Amino acid sequence: MVNQTLNRAAPLPRRKRSHSFTTESRPGFLVYGILLAFFLGSTYPLWYSMVIGSSDSGVFASARPPLLPGGHFWSNVAEVFNTVDFWAALGNSLVVSSVITLSVVSFSTLAGYAFAKLRFRGREGLLVFVIATLAVPTQLGIIPLFMMMKEFGWTGSLGAIMIPTLVTAFGVFFMRQYLVDNIPDELIEAARVDGASMIGTFWHVGVPAARPAMAILSLFTFMTAWTDYLWPMLVAPQTPTLQVALSQLQSARYVDYTIVMAGALMATIPLLVLFVVAGKQLVSGIMTGAVKG
Amino acid sequence: MTNKPPGASTGPAGRKARPSAPTPEKLREDQLTGKQRHRHFFSRLDYKYSPYLYVAPFFILFALVGLFPLVYTFVVSINDWDLLGGAGEWVGLENYTAELSSPLFWNSLFNTFSIFLLSAIPQLAIATFIAAMLDQNLRAKTFWRMSVLVPYVVTPVAVTLIFSNAFDEKYGLINNLLQVFNVDPVAWKTSVFPSHLAIATMVNWRWTGYNALILLAAMQAVPRELHESAALDGAGKLRRFFSITLPSIRPTMIFVIITATIGGMQIFTEPKLFNASSSVPGGPDRQYQTTVLYLWDLAFNRGDFGRASAVAWMLFLIIILIGVINFLLSRKIASSGEKRAGRRPARRGRRAGKTAIPASGQDMAEARRRNHG
Repeated sequence: MVNQTLNRAAPLPRRKRSHSFTTESRPGFLVYGILLAFFLGSTYPLWYSMVIGSSDSGVFASARPPLLPGGHFWSNVAEVFNTVDFWAALGNSLVVSSVITLSVVSFSTLAGYAFAKLRFRGREGLLVFVIATLAVPTQLGIIPLFMMMKEFGWTGSLGAIMIPTLVTAFGVFFMRQYLVDNIPDELIEAARVDGASMIGTFWHVGVPAARPAMAILSLFTFMTAWTDYLWPMLVAPQTPTLQVALSQLQSARYVDYTIVMAGALMATIPLLVLFVVAGKQLVSGIMTGAVKG
Repeated sequence: MTNKPPGASTGPAGRKARPSAPTPEKLREDQLTGKQRHRHFFSRLDYKYSPYLYVAPFFILFALVGLFPLVYTFVVSINDWDLLGGAGEWVGLENYTAELSSPLFWNSLFNTFSIFLLSAIPQLAIATFIAAMLDQNLRAKTFWRMSVLVPYVVTPVAVTLIFSNAFDEKYGLINNLLQVFNVDPVAWKTSVFPSHLAIATMVNWRWTGYNALILLAAMQAVPRELHESAALDGAGKLRRFFSITLPSIRPTMIFVIITATIGGMQIFTEPKLFNASSSVPGGPDRQYQTTVLYLWDLAFNRGDFGRASAVAWMLFLIIILIGVINFLLSRKIASSGEKRAGRRPARRGRRAGKTAIPASGQDMAEARRRNHG
């Protein structure tokens, strides 16, 4: 354990790596050109939705679609507000995603900490169970889940949307993998020798050490909850999340694409903001192979 | 597990020593000693049972909302269950035989696999290419890495609405462009292959950059010394890519493929919202009705819970089968690539300051969460 901690902090390999960087030449314009083309392809659909979403419906009558946004964006936005309750949907999405994130991250940290650092009978068996359930597509259980929600009279409530994803096997596994290497056993022993209770040790040793992993897990859990469509659409179309409201906008207005596009753009803005704020963390989260949203 | 933690004995024992120490105080603070003994007793309980309390919320909730519904799906599938009428009579495997002889079920499976193939193959090729571009000594490295991830933050619903417009048969951007080049407009929403292509395009657009980053991480884990010595031996860039990079990232590539498969098997949002004017979900003639969409239609539009559950259970078996193949494949690769990849975990860990998760677990996790719908 000590060795691993030291290894990570050791500056020597890092220097060696940057050395090999300096000997490597910078790539030519071709590489940047390709990446730029890919970037344009990645962003063009958003630009396109901006162009269409800011035009009036006459835009489709012209032979060639315009390349620049028109001047009708705000009137289209107003039309979106008239068709669906955008703010309520935004609020629903925020509440649902936040509660799910809070629940997944707390329970995962707690269980992951126990699996990583505490000894108890049956630990290995239970951990194998967690890993085995990683591959289980729980989404396919929607029929009994729906029946349950109906039975309890919960359909149409925000709670019903959250319930199936309040915990994930992935979260537990992820926190366990992180904590097993990032808390020295000595630290936990020391806390116990000092007479700390188990929960005190968790709170004062486990949680601070887990913080970086908790942040990454939060980010991806939030994204997953935010983008979910099938279950919220099924169980609570009356209290729509943003995704459901957006799809309702389409079915109400499938002829007038300009308004649908304006709505799609508006619904994308919150995650674009998140991307600007936390894009770096998203990239490193994916690249460490830690979290796959 | 093997060595008992020192805390197990020293902790309580250390505190035990305190009450039995010097006597004058002990007499005076008799009550305190009792308190401490009390504390000692609870401390032991605490130590022994706390771990169970910590893992319990996860297991209880997961059993209730994850596993139970899945198991109960099977119960529903062997009954003549109705959305309105509730539990009907026991029919054995009748729902299964009915579905297996239903052309609609096979049509949905065909569509699912077709869309999957059209998305997975180009996606993997382009992602590998982009990863190779990113795996160079770029200026503004972080910017380029972030740039490929933009589509990932656009939700599948928004992606579908945007592309559904672009693929519109009359007014869509794509057919307009085709007209410029004097190509006949394509029936993107009413013929089989073009609609699959359009839906695959949405999936590709959202996921290619994401997968490129995963592959980039694998490429960066290839020891630079290998490249350097190969370059000294006169191997060009292309040669090094095919002889060093590609073989080294093969395990990661297979994981990306398998996870894309498992996610692709559950595709729902894109076909559901692709054509709002079609009253039948998945196209007027079910041209792109995928299996989960078929399942949803069967259960919640036609109210046949029994047969829909049979479909769910069969899809579940297909996914588990793919999971098992995944497991066997990754084990085979892990054992054959052990020597070469020996240095990888350490490198990865050091670079990111975090420990990489064993790939077989990580890709399963991704598959489960990454249902495109």
